[in-house]
Amino acid sequence: MSNFLSLYADRMIKAIGTHFTYVIASVSIAFVVAVFLGILFSRKPSWATVVIPLLSVFQTIPGIVFIGVLFLYLGMVPATVLIALSIYAIFPILKNTYVGIIEVPMQYKEAAKGCGMSPMQVLFRVELPLALPSIISGLRISTVYTVSWAVLAAMIGLGGLGELIYAGVSSNNNALIFAGAIPAAIMAILFSTVIDLVRKKLIPKPLRGDGK
Amino acid sequence: MTVAMILEHLSIVLVSVVLTIMVGVPLGVCAYMFKGVRKVILTVVEILQTIPALALLGVIMVFFGAGKVTVITGLILYSLLPVVQNTYLGLNEVSPGIKEVARGMGMTRFYQLIHVEMPIAFPFIFTGIRIATVTAVGVAVFATFVGGGGLGSVIYRGIHIQNMGMIMSSTAVLMVMAIGFDTIMAVVERWLQRRFSAK
Repeated sequence: MSNFLSLYADRMIKAIGTHFTYVIASVSIAFVVAVFLGILFSRKPSWATVVIPLLSVFQTIPGIVFIGVLFLYLGMVPATVLIALSIYAIFPILKNTYVGIIEVPMQYKEAAKGCGMSPMQVLFRVELPLALPSIISGLRISTVYTVSWAVLAAMIGLGGLGELIYAGVSSNNNALIFAGAIPAAIMAILFSTVIDLVRKKLIPKPLRGDGK
Repeated sequence: MTVAMILEHLSIVLVSVVLTIMVGVPLGVCAYMFKGVRKVILTVVEILQTIPALALLGVIMVFFGAGKVTVITGLILYSLLPVVQNTYLGLNEVSPGIKEVARGMGMTRFYQLIHVEMPIAFPFIFTGIRIATVTAVGVAVFATFVGGGGLGSVIYRGIHIQNMGMIMSSTAVLMVMAIGFDTIMAVVERWLQRRFSAK
């Protein structure tokens, strides 16, 4: 074990750092864009009926293809990974934001309007707080996926934990596979746990629903 | 890309979905029937789903070596969540009134499960299988990294030799496959819902 650590510790720490940065950066970009678009679509449901099915079709394109194609156009730069990961991360958040807002019961919105709230106030004080459980679920799905997709960054030589896994798989070095796979798994589980905690903190019990 | 490779991809997906059903449905039933193991089963399948696909395949490869066995094992572990969860939730949501009636008619626990609860929960279980199948089409792309072949290898090669046609055509096939499964199974699902509805 100590031998293993002395061999790979430096590489592992560097890879974990890169991986973590990819995930945080792309999920943050995705979150901002997705919540904005989700709100926009909830104002214009007719757009959503066109765009949301299109996005689901788009979502069936495997991540490797997207990173690969962007790589051919943009070359081996971190932007390739960030763009690809962000685009993938947008969809679950966007969909959950949209559905969350749309599913706020009519009577709450009516009541808010009846209290004299402006459309902006209805959005920020009624709709978004009620849609929050759904939005955070979307965020959790996106983050876990992104940890997974970020492994692919290594395919185009841009580091992250995938690099160790690839090197291990192609040189038949089991220790290297573990050195990449275990931190990646732990990172995904940690992100998921932290987001669950945030969810518990932010959302009062009656609004949490049964699911995660 | 040849027809053989498409078929290879398809067979990897189908074999793992069938095995997932064989493992997942009994696990879901266990989670429903036995309170003691419920938490363990549901937590474990959820954690499995969280692990990045490539990491999971890499670890399995350490045990089974490169090849189809690794790919299929990985796909099964990865697809368990929707099947197990939907089996458990579907059974759980059978209305208590119906269960009570079944017990009142003198059915044994097992008879009641097979003849009353499973048929009512079946459409919901099928939804889980549908999600698992569509996901498996995408995850099977990773098979190429652990020597499993399939369409992933075409894409990977296309990226390496910078052949856009190769990438695009195999992606198109994958999308058609995923959307095709989704659409067909959605039709079956609606039929099941009408057929087995408890009302």
